[in-house]
Amino acid sequence: MCVTCGCSDDAEGKITNLQTDEINHHHDHHTHTHTLPDGTVITHTHHHDEAPQIHAKIHGTTISLEQDILAKNNLLAAQNRGWFKGRNILALNLMSSPGAGKTTLLTRTIHDLKQQLPISVIEGDQETTNDAQKIKETGCKVVQINTGTGCHLDASMIERGLQQLNPPLNSVVMIENVGNLVCPALFDLGEYLKVVILSVTEGEDKPLKYPHIFRASEMMILTKVDLLPYVQFDVERCIEYAKQVNPNIQVFQVSAMTGEGLDNWYKWLTAKVGSLSIFLL
Amino acid sequence: MHELGITQNIVAIVTEHANGMKVQKVVLEIGKLSAIMPDAIKFCFDICSKGTVLEDSILEIIEIPGLAKCSQCGAEIALDKPFGVCSCGSVQLDLITGEELKIKEIEIEEICV
Repeated sequence: MCVTCGCSDDAEGKITNLQTDEINHHHDHHTHTHTLPDGTVITHTHHHDEAPQIHAKIHGTTISLEQDILAKNNLLAAQNRGWFKGRNILALNLMSSPGAGKTTLLTRTIHDLKQQLPISVIEGDQETTNDAQKIKETGCKVVQINTGTGCHLDASMIERGLQQLNPPLNSVVMIENVGNLVCPALFDLGEYLKVVILSVTEGEDKPLKYPHIFRASEMMILTKVDLLPYVQFDVERCIEYAKQVNPNIQVFQVSAMTGEGLDNWYKWLTAKVGSLSIFLL
Repeated sequence: MHELGITQNIVAIVTEHANGMKVQKVVLEIGKLSAIMPDAIKFCFDICSKGTVLEDSILEIIEIPGLAKCSQCGAEIALDKPFGVCSCGSVQLDLITGEELKIKEIEIEEICV
């Protein structure tokens, strides 16, 4: 029996090779879970082939770390934030599932605001430079970051991307994150704020299904509203869900194809830029 | 799966603090509202710790339950997701616990002389 938690040793594995008479003990860790009265769950592993007297002696020096696992990313993000601030740059982190219309909204925004706002873009995708090519056609500066197997951008990638992008002072940097409604929510890039983009072809309950990303975002942009006559999507209910998860979330409804609702988004963007005294208009 | 990157961070941080000594145990605090799955961390830990001072170390994960305070009436509510509704009807909740993502402590081998 385990002296730590009282579990049985039945899980121990022992393999005997009948050709060589070699006996191999199972050296894998065995997992135990304890739930404390306040709901805290503790899971730990230990070697099951430890004799109790050895098990009692294996404890070495304990060092209290109390260290945030994301500390390194958050430190780099803070440096990026300072970098943006020092150059009077408004940086937005655009997050959505793949195909929600981030790139289409971006190209339209860049095209329509070209005369008022210098915008440059960091494109995040697992593979290809397709999106960056589309952005490049608008005439604005763009850098593509391919994450390979990575499912989100992180602060270190942005730091390197900015060195390549070299955005002008007093401008806007749009960071288009990897298409994913889960992981990007956890990683601060140093942006001014996070924006979640949801298309009306995805289902109105997304804010409840993927609450972390909606909670982390200050704004939700509902895209493809021109398709509302053709899809079953309850806009009011979607907004209600989003506000349930994040009562302070701002919502814009737009169509990058027809231009519907884009004025409100543009007004917000230019007002935000103005409030940061980025441009002396 | 962002847990792989998170686990690589854990191994890097612990390696740095272990100063070349063998690590026997790593204790993590993971909030239940942190969007990190302990099972996925455990799965990645064996792979990421291979060939490092953490290899064969014990991984203990303390899951911190979600707790929020209602900004309207001040009541404290237990949460199993990062949002909810207070009995007073408000959805303005400030999370108190449940978002932790921390290496609490490590245990390194003692050299007996």
